[in-house]
Amino acid sequence: MSSAICSHLRAPGTWLAVIGFVVIGAAGLALPQWQFLVSVALSKGIVALGLALLLRTGLASFGQALFFAVGAYCVGLGMNYYGLTELFALLATSMIVSAVLALVLGFLLARYRDIFFAMLTLALSMICYGLLLNNVELGGSDGFNVNAPTLGSSAQPWQLTGTNLFAVGFIASIVCVMAVALYMRSTPGRLGPAIKDNEIRVEYLGTSARANIHLTYVIAGALAGLGGALQAFNIGHIDPDMAFWTTSGEFVFIAVLSGTRFAFSPFIGALLLEVARAMAYRYAPNTWQIVMGAIMLAIIAFLPGGLTSLGLVRRKPAGGHPVTRTTATASGDAA
Amino acid sequence: MASKHIIEATGLHKTFGSVTPAKDITVNIDAQSVVGLIGTNGAGKTTFVNMLTGYIKPDRGEIVFRGKRITGLAPRKITRLGIARSFQIPQLFGSQTARENIEIALAISGLSAELANESLARLGVLEFADMISGTLPEGVRKLLDISLAMVCKPEVLLLDEPTSGVAAEEKFDVMNRVLDAARALGITVLFVEHDMEIVRRYSDRVLAFCDGRILADGTPDVVLADAQVRELIIGETVSAAPGTGNVAGEVAHA
Amino acid sequence: MSQIYAVLVDGVMYAAWLFLVALGLTLVYGVLKILNMAHGSLYALGAYAGVTLIGPWVARGGNLYVSYLLLVLAAIVAGGAIGFIMERGVLKRFYGQDPVVLLLVTYALFLIMEDAIKLVWGVDPYTVSEPYSFLGNFDLGDLSYPNYNFLIVGVALVAGIGLTSFLKFTRSGRLLRAVIHDREVSQAMGIRVSRYFVVTFMAGAVLAAIGGALTAPTVSVAPGMGVEIVVLTFAVVVIGGLGSLPGAAFGALLVGLVRASAVHYWPQGELFSIYIVMALVLAVRPKGIFAPMEARKI
Repeated sequence: MSSAICSHLRAPGTWLAVIGFVVIGAAGLALPQWQFLVSVALSKGIVALGLALLLRTGLASFGQALFFAVGAYCVGLGMNYYGLTELFALLATSMIVSAVLALVLGFLLARYRDIFFAMLTLALSMICYGLLLNNVELGGSDGFNVNAPTLGSSAQPWQLTGTNLFAVGFIASIVCVMAVALYMRSTPGRLGPAIKDNEIRVEYLGTSARANIHLTYVIAGALAGLGGALQAFNIGHIDPDMAFWTTSGEFVFIAVLSGTRFAFSPFIGALLLEVARAMAYRYAPNTWQIVMGAIMLAIIAFLPGGLTSLGLVRRKPAGGHPVTRTTATASGDAA
Repeated sequence: MASKHIIEATGLHKTFGSVTPAKDITVNIDAQSVVGLIGTNGAGKTTFVNMLTGYIKPDRGEIVFRGKRITGLAPRKITRLGIARSFQIPQLFGSQTARENIEIALAISGLSAELANESLARLGVLEFADMISGTLPEGVRKLLDISLAMVCKPEVLLLDEPTSGVAAEEKFDVMNRVLDAARALGITVLFVEHDMEIVRRYSDRVLAFCDGRILADGTPDVVLADAQVRELIIGETVSAAPGTGNVAGEVAHA
Repeated sequence: MSQIYAVLVDGVMYAAWLFLVALGLTLVYGVLKILNMAHGSLYALGAYAGVTLIGPWVARGGNLYVSYLLLVLAAIVAGGAIGFIMERGVLKRFYGQDPVVLLLVTYALFLIMEDAIKLVWGVDPYTVSEPYSFLGNFDLGDLSYPNYNFLIVGVALVAGIGLTSFLKFTRSGRLLRAVIHDREVSQAMGIRVSRYFVVTFMAGAVLAAIGGALTAPTVSVAPGMGVEIVVLTFAVVVIGGLGSLPGAAFGALLVGLVRASAVHYWPQGELFSIYIVMALVLAVRPKGIFAPMEARKI
């Protein structure tokens, strides 16, 4: 058992995560003007982390914005209607509601693959968008504001703003990365790439691919809900646009850019996205999406495993017909 | 007597639109036997295998495995009960190495990854362990596919055309390895084949399928000499004298 | 009773528009097996190109009947050109990969197009409504319908019947059906599949652009008008079965009638009644209603 832990700790993904989080932590603490941006990147990174698990299984969800919005609105409703401001209660509520929703929707979605899965998830998030948009009590298209969460007893609540809020997102990200890394090394986690390669074979080896997909979807939903809750705190405002399919598209972009090789991977893409967007808005506002699109095409064409597949030693084929799958994720690489 | 039959198929019937590849098929399979299934394309042998392994649900009929009814169960449940299969086109995890393929199968069966070398060595593909399975030669891919099926030490192994696509000089090698391993583990083997030489050499019993029925059932010598089998399946004209030596021809494709 | 007539007429008119806009999407999927997320951008492109061409024409008092032809012409030129560039410049480099990879590629193209349109035409809306109001209204009982909607219905019928006839009766059409059915076998038989791909994608782009161009006089042409189309057309097309022309017609009718019913009986549900229908249809018939059978895999 301890040798297994040692191999985990020595794995490249672990190093990447440690270095990455140190850099993020330092940036967030030392550069207050970047703190907000980094917090936002962390929230989106958590969502993209769940999406990455789905991508490893061969499923591109264009609907994670659904849970992102649900998580955020849970926070908003919890605070404004139930007077709940305690941090853990709010985060737990967001994650549980999102997970339950994903569980229910998973019964429909786990039957689909490829394009159908992608577009069905998209449509479901658009249903949510429509519901939120039309709901006047929830603020309609304007949404509503959200206060800072609190920690500690109700007698002396400690408001979490600024650096404290950043710390919340930071710690949450670390916990998520560790949990997902463990999952990726477990049997259900390793089934993902196997299902992506050959679902039929998985079934004939004695286990249910659909059950695994369902589980992955629930995990991704819970993570997206968590990300949405954190984002609600970051921005202090929630609105239906959080469920719009182009929001999902951003998460897809992050996951594709980063690759799915390590649990830490999505955070690289999320940071790059936020930094690039901030710069683009300042210098060339109407070209931001062109940049995003061009980067996506370049990644798909030249580095289909994403940025973190750089340096992946391409194992020599034995000769004969080449592998047709574009993302080579080895279970041994998961950190 | 029931304990001797590891599989009892009764009245299996299946229709797809205008085709009926299974017409009330009734057959019992003895434990630890090696059974060859022959027949032209569309005669029903693959349908039979697919019904046994859960890919297809028969319209009528029952399949009993070690006394337990498995008709219409999902493939994964049938695998868990002890019937595993290989495929005509090897179904592998193409982007992963041979070792990783086996490790996944081990993990699914709840077995330790340390057994991977043993699994790979069983059919002699250990030397390919760290090569990407999608790029291996066909014979090795076939052996890997069969290795995957054997990982969970099934009681029954169904092989769908184990030597098709394999170079002629490798065919005997594949069959030798598989059947030696199967015999060592006490596994009952059913294999679909078009190569009559393989059928003759390796089976204890041959089931000849024709038009959804079992045309002949017996030892290879008897079945392969049967006039109807020779005419309809092997493709020789009836006027050829029986017993004139090896029937080395491939099956006539109807 | 007049409510039901209203729902029917509304539904059919909306269905015609949906069919026209969605036709290109299902055609491209049927032949290339690509779900083009940039379809909405091509629709928007057609709208912008359309108003750009007829704006000055109308302003100088040009003949409004001619303006309809100009709209279609603008769509053909813009859609054809950009469609050609998309297919030859980008898409063809990714053929043979996962369908999801191609979906992501078309999503990237969508992103690029959205900003490209903003760069070319700016962010302010364009309105050229004369061709729309020019035709006047048609009174059915106490309800009034713009005659322009009948124009859309007409164009939708022409497009649908024309395409179906092409596939059924012409030699090229039959060859195209072969490509739809099995790309590899078609290639092996000597059909120049890549040529069919380009032409089909361009046709799909042109159809999307025509849909946009003809819609332009009825709305305010502004950035983001293609975004909603992506999901809407997918819903229509997937209900009927991806790649099926009669399926697209059926999907359009179903969605049109459902939406019209929602507008009259449950207005808050209008926006997403369509997606609920899609989810219900897919729950029962996972590949859509007219989807072709698939061969056994193992």
